[in-house]
Amino acid sequence: MIEFQQISKSFNKRQVLFDISGSFEKGKTNLIIGASGTGKSVLLKNIVGLIPPDTGDIKYDGRSFITCSKQERTDIRREIGMLFQSSALFDSKNVEDNIKFPLDVLTNLEEKEKLERVNFCLERVGLLNINKKMPTEISGGMKKRVGIARAIVNRPNYLFCDEPNSGLDPQTGIKIDNLIKEITEEYLITTVVVTHDMNSVIEIGDHILFIFEGHKLWEGSNKSITKSDLKELNDFVFATKLMKQIHPLKG
Amino acid sequence: MKDLGQYMIFLGNLFVRRETFGTYFKLTIQECINVGYNSLLIVTIVSIFMGAVTTIQTASNLIGPFIPNYVISLVVRDMTVLELSPTIMAIIFAGKVGSNIAGELGTMRISEQIDALEVMGINANSYLVLPKVIACVIMYPMLVILSIFLTLWGGYLVGTVTGIISSADYLYGIRYEFIEFNITFAIIKALVFSFLIASISAYKGFYTYGGALEVGRASTAAVTNSCIAILFADYLLAQLLLG
Repeated sequence: MIEFQQISKSFNKRQVLFDISGSFEKGKTNLIIGASGTGKSVLLKNIVGLIPPDTGDIKYDGRSFITCSKQERTDIRREIGMLFQSSALFDSKNVEDNIKFPLDVLTNLEEKEKLERVNFCLERVGLLNINKKMPTEISGGMKKRVGIARAIVNRPNYLFCDEPNSGLDPQTGIKIDNLIKEITEEYLITTVVVTHDMNSVIEIGDHILFIFEGHKLWEGSNKSITKSDLKELNDFVFATKLMKQIHPLKG
Repeated sequence: MKDLGQYMIFLGNLFVRRETFGTYFKLTIQECINVGYNSLLIVTIVSIFMGAVTTIQTASNLIGPFIPNYVISLVVRDMTVLELSPTIMAIIFAGKVGSNIAGELGTMRISEQIDALEVMGINANSYLVLPKVIACVIMYPMLVILSIFLTLWGGYLVGTVTGIISSADYLYGIRYEFIEFNITFAIIKALVFSFLIASISAYKGFYTYGGALEVGRASTAAVTNSCIAILFADYLLAQLLLG
């Protein structure tokens, strides 16, 4: 479980997050949603420690990520897997070496065992026989899958995904979403997904946090999101014609 | 001053939360190939021509009945050992290796590869930069020694082929009143310059934010800042060790 209390963040005197609190439960796909530029990614980066928050506390299963020592922070980070928006695969390494990388650096496993884990993860994300391909030789959807495989290869307790289906066609996007949900339930991990894609919200949003101009305005699930009376949330959810057709009254 | 402070913190972070020795060993060997072996061609070409041109120019400025011919190679030797090989090669090294380091790290930064390392709990400073710094500090002095040899050989080749100086005079000149400390001085300079080039370039690349344009700017800044630092260090070392 991840808990965060009163997270605030400013950049050059411009405040982008205002006292955001919440929690993400284990075994659920937790979504942070909101329009572009509302501070979703900043909140995610605060939680994983890439950008330190100005105020507030973040706890991973009761362990504070803010007040802990550098070593404790490193230990928590080694329980984290993350899929980046750009996939962030290492250009100089092939697919196999990219996925094997956390095992090479962070574990003392035998080479044979590492390769077994790599192949298991590749199979789990539905990719076969691409071990020796370079990141430049595979498609955007495949890169995301390789990114997921790399994120789960070291058996993390927490999985973070920053806009996992951005730049993908809707069909591939849904496949990636479902993969994230399946992995979350299968390995019973705490998953946090930042997205502004309504397909993702409807498909996998067990627990949703809606951010608007740096404030947390709403919290709920994919079942309750269409029933809210909050104007800002409805403007976001029913922005597309498709959603308006599904819920004509809200639109 | 803020930049200088951040640079110092950056250097301090190279030595904390390190990974296993084996991890660094593999990376350092790879970097040695990148910065050392892959610089052999440019070092060879520049050194030979530098020696050839220095010999011709020295000869043209030292014409006189009272100046023996071996002075030409003596001047070429001292210029090469004290300044040309360690300093001029450092400027070239900054252009080749420094821009490469800044470009590589800058691209890794903007494509979130450095963030990926940090999230995994790996000290990206140490993991990415330390092997590059160690490789430069190991390989550059070797390149300087090679450059000294090739520059003197280039001078010999041009001097003897064009008849400016005889083979015997040239060899006599490069041995005449040879000061062993000059080689030590050249190696000290090489160590300092290589550390400056690697660390400044890595710093510029590591803190790149934005897109492709900023990566290009970081590479340019890495080369210009390295060159300025080399010239300052050159003066300080000359003052401290020869003054």
